[in-house]
Amino acid sequence: MIDITALQAQFGSELSLSEFRDNRRVICPAEKAHALLSHLYHAAGFNYLVDITAVDYLEWENATDRFGVIYALLNMEAGERLYVKVFVNDPHPTLPTVYNLWRGADWMEREVYDMFGITFAGHPDLRRILSPDEFTAFPLRKDYPLKGRGERHNFPVITRADS
Amino acid sequence: MAVGLPENVFLTKLDVAANWVRSNSLWPMPFATACCGIELMATASSRFDLARFGAEVMRFSPRQCDLLIVAGRVVTKMLPVLQRIWLQMPEPKWCISMGACACSGGVFDTYAVVQGVDRFIPVDLYVPGCPPRPEQLIAGIIELQNRIKQTGTLNGREFIQRTEATGPEPLELEELRRLRQATPVEGLPIFHAPDLKT
Ligand code: SF4
Repeated sequence: MIDITALQAQFGSELSLSEFRDNRRVICPAEKAHALLSHLYHAAGFNYLVDITAVDYLEWENATDRFGVIYALLNMEAGERLYVKVFVNDPHPTLPTVYNLWRGADWMEREVYDMFGITFAGHPDLRRILSPDEFTAFPLRKDYPLKGRGERHNFPVITRADS
Repeated sequence: MAVGLPENVFLTKLDVAANWVRSNSLWPMPFATACCGIELMATASSRFDLARFGAEVMRFSPRQCDLLIVAGRVVTKMLPVLQRIWLQMPEPKWCISMGACACSGGVFDTYAVVQGVDRFIPVDLYVPGCPPRPEQLIAGIIELQNRIKQTGTLNGREFIQRTEATGPEPLELEELRRLRQATPVEGLPIFHAPDLKT
């Protein structure tokens, strides 16, 4: 089991741990995120990155930050899971990439970028992964309307005469 | 017959002959993007056996097909592909929109899903259902065969008059226009596209 006091001694006391049943979450400030994840990868044996995802806390009660980026980690030997949560803010939400630690982060970071517009500095190929390349919005942000801004109607109409 | 034809010769019109041939050998192009595709496969396989209606030759090359079956939801990224496939199919060609999603977007009323393929390509026949049963799709194909037999012509003259888009206009156009005026978004090229018929 990861020891939070040891982590706090190493990365500062802003680190906090919350727990619900067997779900353990470390909240970490953005500037220390890469150092912490690197430590978890190299020293604590979290050799598998399960997922990277994000949450938009716009208009969330008592929320102080706009986006939370969540790294789900798994230690395959010990079977231990850990969630690392990092908050980033507008206007340019940016985090360092973890592609150098886990290669699987490649597409996950592209997905987070595509859906939330959070950039990952140092990512080798940060393009959209799901939406079309011409798409200009970040659809999972809470200020983006569910029905879009007319993208789905913006195509040429083919009639029998032109086909 | 007064002309005295030999026994194995009969007279017909070229249109009728062409229609008879075409309607009984529809070659479908399966555009199966979602769950309706599974039902389309079931329709083609032994239990429902689309071969009974001459439409079993599913070709995955649009150049060899004359019936496009859009089975499943079409997202905005896929629509240009669908349009290109439609344009690549040789005349005469028909299109069946299969299932609620292809006809109207179904329950997926979101930014990513096209609200009915008939807005952007011509559709001849709609098969409702979520998903339609194979029998329903077969009924649709029989209906299309009847239509080809009744209205088809040798050189596809019946298509020439159809210059209007078949599908409805987006319901939200008004809403979008209001939204655009209320909160203009700077530097959003898709949003500024002029062809939201003003
Ligand atoms: S109509 Fe129903 S079965 Fe067909 S693609 Fe849509 S959700 Fe799937």
